[in-house]
Amino acid sequence: MKLPFFPEQASAMAQQVDAISLFAVSISFVAGVGIVAVLTWLGLRYRRSHRDEVGSAGHSSNLLEIIWSVIPGIIFIGLFFWGAKIYFENYRIPPDAVRYYVVGKQWMWKYQHPSGNREINDFHVPVDTPIELVVTSEDVIHSFFVPALRVKRDAVPGRYSTTWFEANRTGTFDIFCAEYCGAEHSLMIGKLHVMEQHDYEEWLEGNEPAQSLAMSGAALFEQNSCGTCHRSDSSARAPILDGIYGREIALLGGGVIVADDAYIRESIMNPQAKVVAGYQPIMPTFQGQLREEEILELISYIQSLGKKAESRTEAAAAVSDEGE
Amino acid sequence: MSSAALHTQSDTNYLNDGFGIRSWLLTTDHKRIAILYLITNTLFFFMGSVMAALIRIELLTPEGDLVQPDMYNRLFTMHGVIMVFLFLIPTIPAVFGNFLIPIMIGAKDLAFPRLNLGSWYVFNVGAALIFYSIFKGGLDTGWTFYVPFSSTYSATNVMTAAVGIFIAGFASIMTGLNFLVTIHRMRAPGMTWFRMPLFVWAHYATSIIILLGTPVVAVTILMVGAERVLHLGIFDPAYGGDPILFQHLFWFYSHPAVYIMVLPAMGIQSELVAGMCRNRVFGYRAVCYASVAIAVLGFLVWGHHMYTTGQSPYAGTIFSFLTMLVAVPSAVKTFNWTATLYRGSISWETPMIYAAAFIGLFIIGGTTGVMLGTLGIDVHVHDTYFVVAHFHYVMVGVTMMGFMGGLHYWWPKITGRMYDAFWSKISALLIFVGFNLTFFPQFLLGYMGMPRRYHAYPEQWQTLNVLSTAGASVLGIGFVLPAIYFLWSLKKGKKAEANPWGAVGLEWEISSPPISHNFEETPVVINEAYDYQAGHVGVIPSTEKEADLV
Ligand code: HEC
Ligand SMILES: [Cu+2]
Ligand SMILES: [Cu+2]
Repeated sequence: MKLPFFPEQASAMAQQVDAISLFAVSISFVAGVGIVAVLTWLGLRYRRSHRDEVGSAGHSSNLLEIIWSVIPGIIFIGLFFWGAKIYFENYRIPPDAVRYYVVGKQWMWKYQHPSGNREINDFHVPVDTPIELVVTSEDVIHSFFVPALRVKRDAVPGRYSTTWFEANRTGTFDIFCAEYCGAEHSLMIGKLHVMEQHDYEEWLEGNEPAQSLAMSGAALFEQNSCGTCHRSDSSARAPILDGIYGREIALLGGGVIVADDAYIRESIMNPQAKVVAGYQPIMPTFQGQLREEEILELISYIQSLGKKAESRTEAAAAVSDEGE
Repeated sequence: MSSAALHTQSDTNYLNDGFGIRSWLLTTDHKRIAILYLITNTLFFFMGSVMAALIRIELLTPEGDLVQPDMYNRLFTMHGVIMVFLFLIPTIPAVFGNFLIPIMIGAKDLAFPRLNLGSWYVFNVGAALIFYSIFKGGLDTGWTFYVPFSSTYSATNVMTAAVGIFIAGFASIMTGLNFLVTIHRMRAPGMTWFRMPLFVWAHYATSIIILLGTPVVAVTILMVGAERVLHLGIFDPAYGGDPILFQHLFWFYSHPAVYIMVLPAMGIQSELVAGMCRNRVFGYRAVCYASVAIAVLGFLVWGHHMYTTGQSPYAGTIFSFLTMLVAVPSAVKTFNWTATLYRGSISWETPMIYAAAFIGLFIIGGTTGVMLGTLGIDVHVHDTYFVVAHFHYVMVGVTMMGFMGGLHYWWPKITGRMYDAFWSKISALLIFVGFNLTFFPQFLLGYMGMPRRYHAYPEQWQTLNVLSTAGASVLGIGFVLPAIYFLWSLKKGKKAEANPWGAVGLEWEISSPPISHNFEETPVVINEAYDYQAGHVGVIPSTEKEADLV
């Protein structure tokens, strides 16, 4: 159903947002028309009839005050709960969602697919697949906005914000930057191409990147000599990175933290902020030397190390099983 | 109707008590200072409007063709900075508050007359710096100054503008402080708290917000300036700062600032409705408490500007809930104003038209505000034209209706002259229609997804943008008319009586225009505000005993 003045709907979320908006508009309309009707009627009914006429004694009514505080209050709170439910759905990322990275930069949107494919402004995604977006910025604040999905998330430098969507129909939809970001803010636009699963796979193959994200990350790891410290032998001066992704890390001075994207980013850009227990704070900062996308590649690489480590321990377990 | 005049007819008044330019520029008379503010702020409003006009002309076509993007960004920034910091925030308190608060509470002046004059100069120094930054290279950060754009990337005069806003903020603080002390200490005998006109209550609440909030924004904007020069690493992530922290600090003030703009207008609204309906405001106490509730709760909702930043969803939830609560007292006020018409004696003169227009715009602005406060809706419409439309309805619509309504209501008192009734009604209607035609289409544009601050936009949105520009033209004409008939009234207008509307209130019991000390003798207040049965609120002290006997 396409209502006038409503943008197209390309997700279940869009339908939900329209439903609550329509509800809010209808209630406001009824209330507004009601007040204006009363105002008009009173305004005509009690028009001044002669020059010296005054109004009747001043009045007030506690009952009325209570009624007209409580009724709008209840409606507002109802809206609040409904709205909060939708909002939490925006935040609760389905476990099977596939992660894509979105990086805003004056004045373009850059995307990284899990396969390593990269795009600028145009963004291809498969239909009926939950897609997690990790949004960040390389310079100022931008905001990734797809009206057809009713999804918006600010791209804040130094932060990873996540949201997600699941497009339920194919087509091409507008992408805008909603946060003012300088001269070409209004040109920082793109298109979201929602494709059938197999079309998407074909598209991926047709644009196959030289290497996946993790592979680019491995190369960066090499170039920046991360490996001189992060070695997998016992004399290493730095923690082994295999398998840290998603695990709890004990920090110097107590406390633990889960090694997620934000933590790893911070470990690279601002290593002194959180120091791993048992190590010296000798890691240099890479602030200004790595672009946001490169950091994302390094993160993918570290994440892939986790998988390797897992399969290694599994293999080891299998070997020892055999030995028994 | 009986009216106990507190004045004897005399030929001297505050306007002809001294004529030279010095008698104005060095005056400590709160009424003259109000007029100084009226003149400067009208000028600022005019400059902000010219920029708005250029923006609307640019948006007639989807392509960015009238001005370059850099110029467009400067235009909307300067429009916002001038309108918010130099018109909407200061004007009603500085003009009407200044003129009326002492009179309404039966005082001869504000508590600190020289501080009052000083505030006007401080304000103008701030304004001068802001204009300097505009004409020497401009400013392109948006009036919101979001970092790191403003702190690191913008190549414009952020520092000068920041200092200008900082200084203008001090003028607000001086005025707010003056009002608070005056209202506490200078009420005439018998003027108890609950006998005060609601206009005074509204300014009391506003002054509290000004004193608590303005220092925060002043320092925050100054920190942006400092960050630019010294790279302190407060806001800019490149130096280890947090850009979201800026947004917290900025909105901690700037949300309440909305109430700094709106509460005084609500105060005017209460006076207009009472005066034109010759009725006590329905639920007087409820309206008092609503003002104070808005002032307090208004400080707890700033995070509703940040639902999409990635702030914790729990924080978002709390802010949304509190936003719903702050909407209640606003709704209550609307109902009370409407109920004041009941069994009133309503005169549909121009001030009443503005009062009705106020309610109309406030309903639209308020309900869309509730929509924006709703988490699930806001994510979609945040940073779109929906927000632009909403805040123009509340900040501009409501504040402007209050300002214009107040100007038409008290013009005879301020100038001693009447204006043209017919043209003023035409103008009020044009402004109301023009306003809605300008901003209503923007709600639709916003819901359809048009982001704010766009210099160029996709073609499908042209029709609504053309409508909006057409509305702005009507609005423009609506505002040119008063410039003409008010000037005409100053020269040729019929002399105003002391109480041309037959309203009740101390200001209507003294001559039009008032004498320099307002009252020949400090009056004694014997009735509540809006006591239309008694027909007056004050008496001359010598007659007090007689009054007691009656
Ligand atoms: C000079 C040696 C050195 C170099 C070079 C170095 N690191 Fe480190 N790194 C360390 C040390 C020591 C720690 C542990 C102490 C700390 O947390 O600062 C560490 C911690 C980390 C952590 C957190 C590990 C955990 O278990 O929580 C990550 C992630 C990391 N480094 C990534 C990198 C990457 C990526 C590079 C290359 C771009 C790099 N490091 C280069 C020394 C180094
Ligand atoms: Cu942008
Ligand atoms: Cu707000």
